[in-house]
Amino acid sequence: MARIEIEDLYFSYRPEEEILKGVRLTLDQRPTAIIGQNGAGKTTFVKLLKGLLRPTGGRILLDGQDIAGLSAAKLASRIGMVFQNPNDQIFKNTVMAEVSFGPRQIGMPEDKMRICCQKALEAARLTGLEEKNPYDMGLSARKMVAIASILAMDTDTVIFDEPTIAQDHVGKERIRQIIRGLAGEGKSVIAILHDMDFVADVFERVIVFMEGRILMDGSVREVFADRDMLERAYLEQPNVTRLCHELGYRGVYLKVEELLHET
Amino acid sequence: MAHVTALHLKYKYPGSDTLALHDISFSVERGECIGIIGENGSGKSSLCQALAGLIPGFYKGAYGGKVLLDGQEAAHMDADTLCRKVGLVFQNPFNQVTGAKLTAYEEVAFGLENIGVPREEMHARVREAMELLHIYEYREHYPFDLSGGQMQRMAIAGVFAMRPEIIVLDEPVSQLDPQGRKEVFEAIRTLSGHGITIFLAEHNMEQIAAFCDRVALLHEGRLICMDTPARLFSRDDLETYGVEAPVFTKLARVLQVRGQDGLFPVTLEETKRLFMEKRQTGAGVLEWLE
Ligand SMILES: Nc1ncnc2c1ncn2[C@@H]1O[C@H](COP(=O)(O)OP(=O)(O)OP(=O)(O)O)[C@@H](O)[C@H]1O
Ligand SMILES: Nc1ncnc2c1ncn2[C@@H]1O[C@H](COP(=O)(O)OP(=O)(O)OP(=O)(O)O)[C@@H](O)[C@H]1O
Ligand SMILES: [Mg+2]
Ligand SMILES: [Mg+2]
Repeated sequence: MARIEIEDLYFSYRPEEEILKGVRLTLDQRPTAIIGQNGAGKTTFVKLLKGLLRPTGGRILLDGQDIAGLSAAKLASRIGMVFQNPNDQIFKNTVMAEVSFGPRQIGMPEDKMRICCQKALEAARLTGLEEKNPYDMGLSARKMVAIASILAMDTDTVIFDEPTIAQDHVGKERIRQIIRGLAGEGKSVIAILHDMDFVADVFERVIVFMEGRILMDGSVREVFADRDMLERAYLEQPNVTRLCHELGYRGVYLKVEELLHET
Repeated sequence: MAHVTALHLKYKYPGSDTLALHDISFSVERGECIGIIGENGSGKSSLCQALAGLIPGFYKGAYGGKVLLDGQEAAHMDADTLCRKVGLVFQNPFNQVTGAKLTAYEEVAFGLENIGVPREEMHARVREAMELLHIYEYREHYPFDLSGGQMQRMAIAGVFAMRPEIIVLDEPVSQLDPQGRKEVFEAIRTLSGHGITIFLAEHNMEQIAAFCDRVALLHEGRLICMDTPARLFSRDDLETYGVEAPVFTKLARVLQVRGQDGLFPVTLEETKRLFMEKRQTGAGVLEWLE
């Protein structure tokens, strides 16, 4: 398991506009969701974690070591990231070539690679589609290819930037299982999401971003109980939580099962 | 006369051996807001593209049947007339960006420029659309430097600015924050109130139920039914088609709370009202939560 500490992180793409304004936090084992308004800096933040951008201030420590001092290959073997838009990530013309690209790049031994790719394809339900061209697939399937490509690298931290985009409920369930599976293997999972019902269902810790800062960091229940804070951050409670609030119930119910459990 | 009609619409992508659209027929009145739902691969995007004339205009492949816009066949309209008549927000905003423009502003203005809208008016319309989507402050930004949600807002603004009579939106809010989603749906409702006909493909059933007059359910390229949200989501065979009812409906079904028409509630407001009524008449539902 990896330990990631973020110390006073600052970042700007151009000098006149600061995007991250002092982010401090330590990531732990709990599956963690990052939520927040469009443009809050969520994608920028995870790109920094992945070493794709350099901080303009502060540090990111991986097991106590500043990632600025790690080689790209070394970092790639520890932290995997699924891009928000699969078009930014996918560039091979078969599913198999795409999925095996990452493992090969980080020097994974051939036999382990075969197993990892197969497992990743299975988890994303792409078995049998290995020879398809990702560009002949719809957006939802292409996103699954992007997810499988990262799973195949078997990193101990996995970052998902809006994994549920375009997925139907079966697809979302699949992603839920993937995240649960990773957590079960002791890996750290961080995901950016706009779907509050999915966050309530799958994650334990929630970090709220607002205008380049962390507005709140707490358990999923704490965060979704705080209506004022959510409104300030342009967010909303999950559907069931909203309904229960409207009905005047005191408790914070995150999903239908929780509510029905009490009947 | 119906505003939009599909007649035995069929389509197969080049190189594919299955029909993406399979004998689809329906008609829609001016100002209706029609939801399009269905599992991944059921044909939602293909239908959106056919309604906007991109199938068969842009995508080749085998095409049959027709789409009538105001009684005129879409496939026979010239590009200029077609793009004044109907606007499409693509599923992936990335595909909507022309790549030819250096700022978000020019990108939103692109369609207006093409149809030769006078400068003053163009500016007013672009500004209005960008302000509505809260991206006017990013007008000088390079389109590909925008965040995912900002890019999706730009794509919607570009279509709104064209002021077409028919707007087709293919999962337009998938990358928007919850507040932005609500605002876009409210804008859509206002437009449909002004006689704009809306088609909206979407996986979020709570939003479909709250904003659409009727919903089309697709499965393997076929139109299974087109009905009001309450009737559609009260069906008990939805699972066969790979879709789920809104969470409110699922809850009401478990507790067997129905409205007077015998249908389950589909929106938060309706569910609240029915639950409150049950509570008052002492019907015993949900008292445990007091
Ligand atoms: N460019 C393409 N080339 C070949 N087949 C395609 C292409 N795009 C889509 N298809 C196929 O056509 C069928 C209908 O796809 P379509 O994209 O219309 O479904 P959808 O309901 O929009 O799915 P999603 O929820 O994933 O967006 C699917 O079987 C899909 O694989
Ligand atoms: N390459 C870039 N150059 C300049 N500005 C950028 C670049 N990428 C992002 N930005 C800006 O930085 C801010 C934060 O962007 P980021 O992509 O991190 O937001 P986000 O929280 O992921 O938003 P979303 O929910 O829309 O994906 C935005 O205002 C965006 O316009
Ligand atoms: Mg983002
Ligand atoms: Mg689609």
